[in-house]
Amino acid sequence: MFRRVPYPIIWLGILGFGILYIPIVLMMIYSFNDSKLVSVWAGFSTKWYLSLLNNDQLLAAVGKSLWVAVWAATISTFFGVLIALAFTRFGNFGGRLALSVMASAPLVMPEVVTGLSMLLLFIAMETFFGWPAGRGLDTIIIAHATFGMCFAAVVVQARLRQFDLAVEDAARDLGARQPQIFLTITLPMIAPSVIAAWLLAFTLSFDDLVIASFVSGPGSSTLPIVVFSKVRLGVTPEINAIATIMIVMVSICVIGGSLLMSKRNKHD
Amino acid sequence: MASPTKTMAMSATISATISGVITRHGRKLVILIPLIWLAIFFLAPLVEMLQVSFTTARRGVPPYDPLWSLGEDGFSHNFNLENYLLLYDYLPDYLGPTLNSLRLAFFSTLICLFFAYPIAWWIARSDEKMRLILLVLVMLPFWTSSLLRMYALIGLLNPNGFINSALLAIGVIDQPLQMMQTDFSIYMGMLLTYLPLMILPLYASLVRLDDALIEAAADLGARGVEIFRTVVLPHSLPSVLAGCLLVFIPAVGEFVIPALLGGPEQMMLGKVLWTEFFRNRDWPVAAAIAMILLAILTLPIILARYQDGRIDREG
Amino acid sequence: MAPFIRLNQVSKSFGPVRAVNAVDLEIDQGELFCLLGASGSGKTTLLRMLAGFERPDSGTVEIDGQDMAGVDPADRPVNIMFQNYALFPHYSVAKNIGYGLVRQGVSGQALQDRVDELLRMVRLEGYGSRKPHQLSGGQRQRVALARALARRPKLLLLDEPLAALDKKLREDTQFELVSLQEQLGTTFMVVTHDQEEAMVLADRIGVMDQGGLVQVDRPRTLYEKPVNKFIADFLGSVSFLDATIKSQKNDHVQLDMGGGVISALAEQTFDKGDDVTVAIRPEKITLSRKKTSGNCLKVTVEDIAYTGVATYYRVLTEQGQMLKIHQQNSPENAPLDWDETGYASFQAQHTIVLTG
Repeated sequence: MFRRVPYPIIWLGILGFGILYIPIVLMMIYSFNDSKLVSVWAGFSTKWYLSLLNNDQLLAAVGKSLWVAVWAATISTFFGVLIALAFTRFGNFGGRLALSVMASAPLVMPEVVTGLSMLLLFIAMETFFGWPAGRGLDTIIIAHATFGMCFAAVVVQARLRQFDLAVEDAARDLGARQPQIFLTITLPMIAPSVIAAWLLAFTLSFDDLVIASFVSGPGSSTLPIVVFSKVRLGVTPEINAIATIMIVMVSICVIGGSLLMSKRNKHD
Repeated sequence: MASPTKTMAMSATISATISGVITRHGRKLVILIPLIWLAIFFLAPLVEMLQVSFTTARRGVPPYDPLWSLGEDGFSHNFNLENYLLLYDYLPDYLGPTLNSLRLAFFSTLICLFFAYPIAWWIARSDEKMRLILLVLVMLPFWTSSLLRMYALIGLLNPNGFINSALLAIGVIDQPLQMMQTDFSIYMGMLLTYLPLMILPLYASLVRLDDALIEAAADLGARGVEIFRTVVLPHSLPSVLAGCLLVFIPAVGEFVIPALLGGPEQMMLGKVLWTEFFRNRDWPVAAAIAMILLAILTLPIILARYQDGRIDREG
Repeated sequence: MAPFIRLNQVSKSFGPVRAVNAVDLEIDQGELFCLLGASGSGKTTLLRMLAGFERPDSGTVEIDGQDMAGVDPADRPVNIMFQNYALFPHYSVAKNIGYGLVRQGVSGQALQDRVDELLRMVRLEGYGSRKPHQLSGGQRQRVALARALARRPKLLLLDEPLAALDKKLREDTQFELVSLQEQLGTTFMVVTHDQEEAMVLADRIGVMDQGGLVQVDRPRTLYEKPVNKFIADFLGSVSFLDATIKSQKNDHVQLDMGGGVISALAEQTFDKGDDVTVAIRPEKITLSRKKTSGNCLKVTVEDIAYTGVATYYRVLTEQGQMLKIHQQNSPENAPLDWDETGYASFQAQHTIVLTG
């Protein structure tokens, strides 16, 4: 009987969800508004979506963001898996504390600090080694990979902690060795968490404004940088449209992923 | 000339060598690869930033004097505390944003907690299907760009936004309410950004609370609020603290929210740093502000690590 | 002939804990050997040393005349059927069973044929394409068995093979396991904490306690001739009585129980006045109202439990020592009542005289 949730709690909960969702839903609705003014509903129209197609600046920014996010997520995931393996499998190795501090500090570091420090390093490196020559998409990828790998490590670690080590012993007993054991047994079994880690790193990179602003160079403006410069000038329907597209895409991924995960969990 | 068989034999040798290296040095590689990357791209930047915070700004590229130099008169340094002294001289200019950062982050954390606890409780007490739906509802904003969510919020709070338009239309007000560039807009922004971060640890803790404990308390004569105070709250307290730190730490260093939703009264350190860097091009002062921001956050970060460890051990 | 498996003074410590302490053990080819012990007795560590997952601190492990020192688990002629099976959840049944064969370089039709043969052997024809989570507990156990046997190991280690099965299934599976082992002739080593399981399965049982191998014998010998109180107590139910040696003639000893004198069989030699412990199995004692000739103690009934097949009594001797008696229920044996006085009688060859 105590499973029943009291009504005041549900009302507060609904209010909380309302605050989260009302701005987004209104924005999505008004992305179909014929008028540029938010105060007036001038009828349904898809013209802002069509004008997106002609906005070369925005489209180029989307392309750059995708490029950066795919690379950053891939590097992040690779390193994240290594970090997670080190923490869950190697016991008390030399350098554990150093790795643990460095792999968790970026999680809580203010973005402005990460961004600024990265930029200063890139400039110092350029002075001493001549690389990276100027800032561009590659420096953004490096910066995003660096904090992305820490998030990826957290996700993969959670899965590895509840991993039954006997399964790896069984593979070894049956004649497999590293890295064969990792490739045929461990990796397939932690695959969902690796995919989740990649998606998280991708999203973090794709959404990042602050760090990218510091380490980007001329001509490497990612989507958030472009959106930010436009938003400062006020609300524009085109941003409504592109935001709607992005949110719908993310929602499909999250809902699909959750359904998939809950199905998997049922037979484990 | 390499014959095909030779090439094959060679590639076989190479792949055997690689897998041999992985088998023998696998452990070391797994540790060293990320360790080296993080040392170069996380630790080194902080050290460099510390250095720059002691340099002198100048016009040029880069816009600061090198800290060390090897000139005709040998090794010399341009080490100075000027930037920190500058921060001290203009204390009122920087103290305000510092206090603002702490104040706005603190109250934002409390507001998040106020809304997060009922939602976490609701999710933890729901049946499996409802739980999945509610969790997806929590996760969804977490995965969407916070910049876009702030943008959507502007559309709601603007003088000519949805709320004002609606209130004007039904005649409740005849002047648009000033909601943007107030503490209120900051709190709304923080709530939108950080509510999921608060809900998740609370939910994880509440879902582990054994029903039998609540029933035992009820059986022993406790009611509603008493059960909450004596059983539920003590059980969830570690994750309340964890959730609060999870929100407070990034909120202190927040840039996007004060930049888009705040006015001069809501100036925060992250925005000051940004302005010094991008507008005034005073990189050394920006670096000094970053160091101060880090110093402020050291204590909560250590606390958060300790708390995480505790929840892990007890969890 | 040299023993097939030989452990020589094998020891292993984890920090301050001596998990396995100077164990000597020899197992013959084709034997079904059971390692029996409570959790923490060191039996799992011994198993992991045989499989190669732990390296002994000292001592040697030989299998078929080959020293196993430095041989990787992947290369040992040993396979394990893991506790809870450790099936690969992302592979089908056939791929699980074939995993070890693929590592050996078996492929194509040969692989297919061997996997089919193994599926037939464990009666899982047609289940090859299922995933482990689609199987019942008993079926999973058989997949684990087939997977472990696929490489034709010289020694198969079975770690608590029946623990995850429910009671009914366990009984059937025990006999299946024995007949499979006889049919294959593979040397099996079962590690278990369940004494009944060990008794049913094993040719010989080794009982472990605190890292040491206390006694290795056939099940019957272990039960009837335990070397000390620990073994007597560990296997089955038993009562212990304190006594002193009165006299000894060959293997016959007269024991002073304080009140009466009983005769017993003992292989050791004693001096007059030695303190000993007499162990008697409850089912070897008869309880009646009449005094009998031979070993007979006057007792008072303390407690009675009726179990259907038998009645369990707890009685006190005149010296106040507790005795457990299991009496078959039959028309001749009219049950005694609480606090009633009766006579507990038993034969000399059913007593076990222990010094430890």
